[in-house]
Amino acid sequence: MGKLLEVERLQIAFRTDQGDVISVDEVSFDIKAGETVAIVGESGCGKSVTSLSLIGLLGKRGYVRQGESRFNGFSLTKASSAELRKLRGNEISMIFQDSMTSLNPVIPIGEQLEEPIRLHLHLSRQQAKAVALDMLRKVGIPRPEVISKEYPQTLSGGMRQRVMIAIALVCKPKLLIADEPTTALDVTIQAQIVQLMKQLQASDGTSILLVTHDLGVVAEMADKVVVMYAGQVVETADVFTLFRAPQHPYTQGLMRSIPHLNRDSSKRMDAIAGTVPSLQHMPTGCRYHPRCPHAVGRCREQRPALQNVGNEHLVRCWLPSESVPPTVKDSLAGHISGGAV
Amino acid sequence: MSVTKLSELSWRKEAPASEKKESSEQADYMIETYAGQLKRKFFKHKMAVWGCTTTLLLLIVGLLAPWLAPYQPNEVTAAFSAPPSLTNWLGTDQVGRDVLSRLLYGMRISLLIGILTVVMYVLFGSFIGMLAGYFGGWLDMLLMRMTDIFLSFPYMLVVLVIVSVLGADIFTIMFVLALFKWPTIALLVRSSVMSIKQTDYVRASITLGYSTSRILCIHILPNAAAPIIVNATFGIAGTILSEAGLSFLGMGIKSPQASLGNMLHDAQSLTVLTEQPWLWVPAGFVILLIVLSFNFVGDGLRDALDANA
Repeated sequence: MGKLLEVERLQIAFRTDQGDVISVDEVSFDIKAGETVAIVGESGCGKSVTSLSLIGLLGKRGYVRQGESRFNGFSLTKASSAELRKLRGNEISMIFQDSMTSLNPVIPIGEQLEEPIRLHLHLSRQQAKAVALDMLRKVGIPRPEVISKEYPQTLSGGMRQRVMIAIALVCKPKLLIADEPTTALDVTIQAQIVQLMKQLQASDGTSILLVTHDLGVVAEMADKVVVMYAGQVVETADVFTLFRAPQHPYTQGLMRSIPHLNRDSSKRMDAIAGTVPSLQHMPTGCRYHPRCPHAVGRCREQRPALQNVGNEHLVRCWLPSESVPPTVKDSLAGHISGGAV
Repeated sequence: MSVTKLSELSWRKEAPASEKKESSEQADYMIETYAGQLKRKFFKHKMAVWGCTTTLLLLIVGLLAPWLAPYQPNEVTAAFSAPPSLTNWLGTDQVGRDVLSRLLYGMRISLLIGILTVVMYVLFGSFIGMLAGYFGGWLDMLLMRMTDIFLSFPYMLVVLVIVSVLGADIFTIMFVLALFKWPTIALLVRSSVMSIKQTDYVRASITLGYSTSRILCIHILPNAAAPIIVNATFGIAGTILSEAGLSFLGMGIKSPQASLGNMLHDAQSLTVLTEQPWLWVPAGFVILLIVLSFNFVGDGLRDALDANA
């Protein structure tokens, strides 16, 4: 399988009055055809910025300062806006977090769905309509002939997210960027939407870049996980390895902070102490060391690089190369046996 | 006290909806369309309905003026300044032309100027506002300073100067009136576009590979339409008033062509004012009627298009 998307040492900066602020630094990962890669991390860690940069939506102030992202070998970073426009919707498409606001309130959903079909697939109005109705049926909209004439505000959140997915996938793009696709939905609908995305992915072979902070969705959907912290990738591994044996203390902290049903309710929930450092005041050395329970002297002074700890498992931490304190291993072992995510 | 009021209110609001539910037989649920909702809100506004009816009537009368008018507007029909009679329902003016016929033709010209001017400046203003609001940066800066300059002119004075230089041709008058009204629309559209371009559906349109012009015209402009439509409706009334003012000052439509303003202009002398009311009362009344009905339509549209009303 060839690599569909390659992101190489991406650095994204935003121009501000006080000079450039680097929001994402040294982010590298790749996505193979048909694969689902999840980017996880706290709010403000740069996961959305990374995904928006791929499709050229950084806005006026943001720009890619270093590195490159390539789609099928074609550089997205250097592409002109006309070249990007041809890719968007056709080869790469995106769904947003808030299905309530992602559909145009003055156009019936059927027409909103026909627009990309006519534009990218060059079909006639009649054909586009047939394709649109078919797609609505595929994403599980009941009575598509009736519903396609409705305006978005008459549909429920789950229905709208289904319509969004239909619009994003109707031209059979090779890559779907899903920016928190289930965050605004309630849990039962979340499960349905995840199911739907997996089903459409299986039938069309679409690769998905999933941006989320919901580890449950990650476990459900992803093949590979990229964990980001403070604008950097701190750990990359396939989903099983990551959940079974996370190496970076931050990932370990994330895993511990997932609530479980059979948790001892007399104890406080685990949380990572502190907050994400601001972009202007990045700590020296490892960016995680002020919050890291295992930080040693080296962490405060030297910046760790991503290192391979085996089988495409990359970790940005000094600890795996030294010895991981036994306490971490113990607490993790307890957690893994405690229940599935 | 306030609690009972609240419950009453919510009950009253729900009542018409439930009636509608029962009346629709084939669907097990009823979704009110956007157009239906607009219509309901608009027709709830009694004055708006009145304004709408009058406006339509005035437009029809204006369109059909050549067939409705008993005489040619510039035809000398009877004695000078004859009072209303059976042959000349509204009398004749100082040169013996039929006032009713001139009134009908004058209305036609005034409505034409009102509507065409508004179409002109709304199109131009929306275009400028969209560019400034969507692209921002130096373009926004440039365009907004331009509107500031136009807004800071003493409007009537400059209009008078331009008309006296270029001549009081009907197109000149429309051009001049439009020249000073587009900045308001541009500011309005700019602020709407600035907020609409931040929405997820515009970002989604970008990710679907739509061109900028397509996004502006199909996805942004219709969402900014409500304030534009309301402003345009009020604009028609305002433009008709401005034209009447210009004509009254003798700088508008020139005689012998009839317009509501120059009919008033003909009635400037004290004798006419006190002794020949048929020369100015009808023209004044029609201006009042047009302006009032357009304003009521504007009010109704504003309330109907306001989602919070």
